[in-house]
Amino acid sequence: MIDKETVENRVFELLKKASTGVPPDVRKALENAHSRESEVVPKMQMKAILKNVEVAETNSLPLCQDTGVHIFFVKGNLKLIDSFSEFEESIRNGLKRATEEVPLRPNAVHPITRKNSGDNTGVRMPYINYIPTDDPWLEITAFPKGAGSENMSFMSMLTPSQGLKGIKKFVLDCVIRSGGKPCTPTVIGVGIGGTSDIAMHIAKEALLRPIGDRHPEKDMAELEEELLRAMNETGIGPMGLGGKTTVLDVHVEYAYCHTASLPVAVNTQCWTGRRARARIYENGKIENMEG
Amino acid sequence: MAEYRLKTPLREEDVRKLNIGDIVYLDGIIYTGRDEVHIHALELAKEGKNPPVDFKNMVLFHCGPLMKKYGEEWKVIAAGPTTSSRMNGLEPEFIERFGVRAIIGKGGMSGPTVEAMQKHGAVYLAMTGGAAALAADSFKKVHGVEWIEFGMPEAIWILEAENLGPLVVGIDAHGNSIYENVDEAVARNRKRAESVLGL
Repeated sequence: MIDKETVENRVFELLKKASTGVPPDVRKALENAHSRESEVVPKMQMKAILKNVEVAETNSLPLCQDTGVHIFFVKGNLKLIDSFSEFEESIRNGLKRATEEVPLRPNAVHPITRKNSGDNTGVRMPYINYIPTDDPWLEITAFPKGAGSENMSFMSMLTPSQGLKGIKKFVLDCVIRSGGKPCTPTVIGVGIGGTSDIAMHIAKEALLRPIGDRHPEKDMAELEEELLRAMNETGIGPMGLGGKTTVLDVHVEYAYCHTASLPVAVNTQCWTGRRARARIYENGKIENMEG
Repeated sequence: MAEYRLKTPLREEDVRKLNIGDIVYLDGIIYTGRDEVHIHALELAKEGKNPPVDFKNMVLFHCGPLMKKYGEEWKVIAAGPTTSSRMNGLEPEFIERFGVRAIIGKGGMSGPTVEAMQKHGAVYLAMTGGAAALAADSFKKVHGVEWIEFGMPEAIWILEAENLGPLVVGIDAHGNSIYENVDEAVARNRKRAESVLGL
């Protein structure tokens, strides 16, 4: 069994890591974008982004004041969790400690009264997703999600006759409608099929994949590359001020759907690409994962 | 494109000389304010009352900073811009009522704000979104906070900036907007994107 302190401490460390630095794949993509831009304004944006990463990492302080709402993915051998209520309590405690000590901005508010809880927790927050597998470990992913990018989420129930062209047009429309608001250059997660909630869910899960990672199926991998090229033809550029880099990558996930449906969803991640994950083994060994 | 270093409070002529694409660095007092500040300041104004700070000739920063209190003193941990378009509905009235001279934000603002800026002499300065650690380095002192009851992100933080920038003039006081220009370019580029997608 995995003990409470291990979970709480790991959650704290993951939140700190995700908030105060960028994964290696994201850094490389940002550096490439900086090299690619030639005009003064977009190049200046990418330079400020890279310098910001450097300052945040040096000072061990958050990259962005919007440290997000807190979503976790817990994947692996769920039998390693003795009590789910205690496990979730440990995640909440790790989050409260990170809010105080990293620090993270208290972002969680009641949706109607807008009253801020002050510690990033509240009803259904943090939001914890469980993905059971037969692996020997339990993997916790911290996925803090900023509002600038999350507000640029879209879903549509297309008709089957709209087909692949309809999907491509929808993604292009979403990226153009978002402009620079989600802090471009962004990563775009596209969820195709399932039901309305499944499409949105897998669009978000797609954002967990590292930049440059391609879908294992050839057709989907080609669709990702085609969408990536097309989005960067728009000229929206870093921060919507014009330029060559609008998106850093596009990740597509799909699920089989009803013969009468074609759900499609887009979820956007800002340039920080915040995520951090670690695997905890039964003997207490911890493996920090890159990216 | 020209580069300027300006100190708050700003005079109308300071901002009228700016053109889109110019680069600005700012010194002096800056007020943060986002959704709740806009809502409540305008509600007060309707009742004939004033908000706790005077925005006249000042800079409004669309920002919900991450702050930490050490003893009695607040410190800026991270303070980048928030998405300005959320304030589109209230900004023209805010500019007119309170005489704000510059707004720092990200993502740009819509037509009515561009018109209000032209009419009343104000500019929109684009800060790199997410570059909050970098910006925090430019805030040397926190002079106070008002409306903290709305929560840390929604309060009015009174910050003293030193060489805050580079900020790009995204909307000038002559009715020009980089964002409108980019939108027009994107509408033209859309055909290229569609051809990549075989649409």
